[in-house]
Amino acid sequence: MTANEILSNLQVIFRDVFDEDDLIITGKTCTDDIEDWDSLAQINLVVAIEKEFSLKFTLAELANLRDVSDMVGLIQAKLAQ
Amino acid sequence: MAQKFYKNCLDYPFQVDLIHKKKKLIKRELLDRETFIEKRIAILGGSTTSEIKDILDLFLLKEGIQARFYESEFNKYYEDILFENPSLEDFKPDIIYIHTTEKNILVSTKITDSVEEIERIIQDEIARFTSIWDSINRDYNCIIIQNNFELPRTRVFGNLDCWDIHGRSYLIQKLNSGFAHYAQANHNFYINDIHYLSAWFGLEKWHDKRFWYSYRYAVSYDAIALLSHNIAKIIRAIYGKQKKCLVLDLDNTIWGGVIGDDGPDNIQIGKETAIAEAYSAFQQYVKDLQGLGILLAVCTKNNFDIAKEGINHPDNILKHKDFVSFKANWDPKYVNIKGIAEEINIGLDSLVFIDDNPAERDLMRAQVPDVEVPEIGSEVIKYIEFIDMGGHFEPASLSQDDLQRNRFYEDNAQRNNFQATYADYGEFLESLEMVAEIKPFVPMYLERINQLINKTNQFNLTTKRHSFTEIKAVSQDRRNIALYGKLIDRFGDNGLISVIIGSIRENDLHIDIWVMSCRVIKRDMEFAMFDELVRTCVTHRVERIIGYYYKTIKNEMVAEHYALMGFELVEEQEGKASIWKFEIPQNYYNKNQTIKVNA
Repeated sequence: MTANEILSNLQVIFRDVFDEDDLIITGKTCTDDIEDWDSLAQINLVVAIEKEFSLKFTLAELANLRDVSDMVGLIQAKLAQ
Repeated sequence: MAQKFYKNCLDYPFQVDLIHKKKKLIKRELLDRETFIEKRIAILGGSTTSEIKDILDLFLLKEGIQARFYESEFNKYYEDILFENPSLEDFKPDIIYIHTTEKNILVSTKITDSVEEIERIIQDEIARFTSIWDSINRDYNCIIIQNNFELPRTRVFGNLDCWDIHGRSYLIQKLNSGFAHYAQANHNFYINDIHYLSAWFGLEKWHDKRFWYSYRYAVSYDAIALLSHNIAKIIRAIYGKQKKCLVLDLDNTIWGGVIGDDGPDNIQIGKETAIAEAYSAFQQYVKDLQGLGILLAVCTKNNFDIAKEGINHPDNILKHKDFVSFKANWDPKYVNIKGIAEEINIGLDSLVFIDDNPAERDLMRAQVPDVEVPEIGSEVIKYIEFIDMGGHFEPASLSQDDLQRNRFYEDNAQRNNFQATYADYGEFLESLEMVAEIKPFVPMYLERINQLINKTNQFNLTTKRHSFTEIKAVSQDRRNIALYGKLIDRFGDNGLISVIIGSIRENDLHIDIWVMSCRVIKRDMEFAMFDELVRTCVTHRVERIIGYYYKTIKNEMVAEHYALMGFELVEEQEGKASIWKFEIPQNYYNKNQTIKVNA
């Protein structure tokens, strides 16, 4: 899966979790860009991503998922394994 | 076809992915209704509770309960209660939910500990929790919902862990049984049984170590919906929102096969085949629900005589007389189900409809959205699971009276037959060999006393209602006389059926409450109660008894009650109220001659 495909899947998840139908995310989007993106929303993102891509982050990976580019990179790496 | 909403993913089996991802959208869907009751719920967590709260919110909204929440700071469940806490006091919780788990057990045992040391450790930990609950009772006086403990994910002792006194599993069993004892002894205290829930779900899936270390969730995300739903079940039952009547289809629902096509000899019920046994098990489950006081009804597209032929099959556990309403015809089921609700005089939102046919289920949902229609599939072995996990009928607690309700009415039928053989009513009363217990309130009966005062409409002189806490206060105040009456006769125990509460002011006793169950009308029980009241008054140096009658649309039967007891009318507001007095004579003669009292 390409980074762009992953990003567009992530966008659907972000829209659901933040309940904003017109939310646009890019590789540069980070927690400061989305008002509701706090540690609790982060958990919901992680859970939704794990389900969507059928993968499980390790304990160490969970600590390093800080922004969208982290997510895209890690998802891509894990899917390639 | 019923419109598909995201909120449907809250029905068992929960679609957990959607629930968490779409919770905000689901909440908006749920808020789109007219009426809610509002409750304030404080969640005190020994681990993270945020998502548990959000999902609980959804399940409560689904039941028509709009909650405002207070959340303790992380792992401050103990401090929040034991120390002064103005924000929680201002919040005035209706319910405090304590979400503690195995992670919050603060004691541990050493392999060298003796039996006595272990016992002391267990009691200390139970005492730590008891101090929280007692403080809540004292300072907040609200409902408490408390988790018990789930088993640990791993056991260093292996199988020994469950029976060796040093085992962690052993400790947890002991704590859980201590919690259960507290629940048995304390009204307004309810256990959220995560011990069962985690076992049902599977400990391996329940515990998620990544989420514990990363986010301090003691429960895996996939189990949160199950947990929140379980709390919601308790809350809805506390507020009387559980369902009251189970409406069943017949063919392929309570027996296998189609009675009209296969004939009574060929339907599957009984012990002969695997399928027949599965249907029998389902009928037994339904019969057990009935034992909890759930009403049963039939709603089926069938010729009435043929349907009756089916239900008369001797292998059925459910018999025709078990159903309070039996609709077998060719009208649409949504028409029949409305008829059932009217007949037994309950709301459509008190009904659960079970039908193996998905088209019938969809039609019912579309036409009568208030009726609960579990998506049970068409496989009989799954029906029980849907009803059980849905928890539609789960009571908050069982009063002895609820359990015996069916029997009371059966006994009454016998008494009526018996009465027909006596020419003289007095002779009939004698023959009942009645024995009464009439005594001051004792704690073990307060729950029933509360229920009787608040449910009795006909033999009720003042129709004053009291909360459980008020009744407890009344019973502890020495300026009151508070008596209960129980009555047993040759046909059975009628239970606790009468209550008098009076307050002493100077030398007068004012009767604030006098109620009696209609079960024992015309049995001279009111005279026996009055005799005991007078006797108690004399020991309290009361000289005069003042009685009040406040008229309602339902208590006409006691308008002349005080006249019958020998009171004098003091004052009367025509058609509204009357006040009566009774001067206690030097020599009072018992009015009751037929009931043996406190023998």
